Amino acid sequence: MLAKRIIPCLDVDRGRVVKGVHFVDLVDAGDPVECGKRYDRQGADELVFLDITASSDDRHTMVEVVQRVAESIFIPFTVGGGIRDTGDVQKILHAGADKVSLNTAAVKNPQLVRAGAEKFGSQCMVVAIDAKRTAAAPGPAWEIYIHGGRTPTGLDALDWAEQAESLGAGEILLTSMDRDGTQVGYDLELLQAVTSRVGIPVIASGGVGTLEHLFQGLTLGGAHAALAASIFHFGTHTLQQAKDYLRARGVVVR
Amino acid sequence: MITIVDYAINNLHSVQNAFRSLKIPSQISQDPETIRSARKLILPGVGAFGDAMENLRARKLVELLRGKADDGTPLLGLCLGLQLLFSESEEFGPVAGLDCIPGRVRRLPPEVQVPHIGWNQLHLVKSDPLLEGVAEGSFVYFVHSYYADPVDAGHVVATTDYGIDFTAVTRKGNVWATQFHPEKSQDVGLRILRNFAGL
Repeated sequence: MLAKRIIPCLDVDRGRVVKGVHFVDLVDAGDPVECGKRYDRQGADELVFLDITASSDDRHTMVEVVQRVAESIFIPFTVGGGIRDTGDVQKILHAGADKVSLNTAAVKNPQLVRAGAEKFGSQCMVVAIDAKRTAAAPGPAWEIYIHGGRTPTGLDALDWAEQAESLGAGEILLTSMDRDGTQVGYDLELLQAVTSRVGIPVIASGGVGTLEHLFQGLTLGGAHAALAASIFHFGTHTLQQAKDYLRARGVVVR
Repeated sequence: MITIVDYAINNLHSVQNAFRSLKIPSQISQDPETIRSARKLILPGVGAFGDAMENLRARKLVELLRGKADDGTPLLGLCLGLQLLFSESEEFGPVAGLDCIPGRVRRLPPEVQVPHIGWNQLHLVKSDPLLEGVAEGSFVYFVHSYYADPVDAGHVVATTDYGIDFTAVTRKGNVWATQFHPEKSQDVGLRILRNFAGL
């Protein structure tokens, strides 16, 4: 059976792993290479590395860190942050990443998703969506934000997810901005809305505080994979505990 | 020394990183002479079948790899590298492959989500030194849309269930191949690479 994936996420700011609440108030959570190695040993199914200040920072640092992380882990590795064109995609894949995650660049230039999928294959093109609930109807229930959650776009998250799939994205990394870092659980309605709209795997992100939340995202939410940062970085739970818990509740995990 | 065949694709370094962590010497090469004299060969692969065959042809590696398969050199194909070892592929084709193992590469059935991405289980069909120490039901990492269908069921070492039971590990004499990525399959994958090095 195909297993549900548990994916620790490293938000990296100037070469350090950080974690914030609602995308701000960053707290230092360690060295990316050490974190990556630890998660690989602990049984992470994949590792996601997001350079959250990449748009304003030195790109070389990032490529170098990606390379060092890639050398020390033996699981699939996704890298996002500041990737603007197929040249950047190539650089990151060459540094050892298996997939790239596009967010701002994909919204601004959807053809980048298509170009990347044609050149490198859909399997390495992940479209990351930062979605936030809107005030009220009429209009979309969730709006997408770019620039690390700083800029609203007015675009409907569900429409964009569908478009990303048709452009050739292999997966969607869906983050609820309302829940990010709050540890109160995934936005299950958002997850359900997106997983029922697209056929490609959806990675749930934003809000995990307990193992029950992972279970909810993978079952009720319909996600193929659950991404979490805070509960793993700060030692609330280990990956092994998460796997044991999910297995006991009947979810197929590695 | 294990030689990893370079034909302009992306995951070469992951394979080399895996060998490095196992302290097993390996080199990446596209040089026909180096490949001709290799004691053990890895044929990695990501991407489309036709492009990969084009690249191999452009580098004059098609006949060379067939020759190595015939002269008894242990050869391990990974992912697309497995598919290339078969007679032909349906992907944008039929396109002819290296034809070291008789069989056709087919698209995964329409009732499952394609590509097949993620960790899935190995079901052992017969014992083989490549899988020594690998338990029935072990999870390994797959990313693919096509699978190989050997003419001779005797060439199937392990299968995986994804809509159908497809060939996850194949062997014909000195030629082995895995549809999954051992270099991305943590302990189980590293064990397989170590087993290959020890053959």
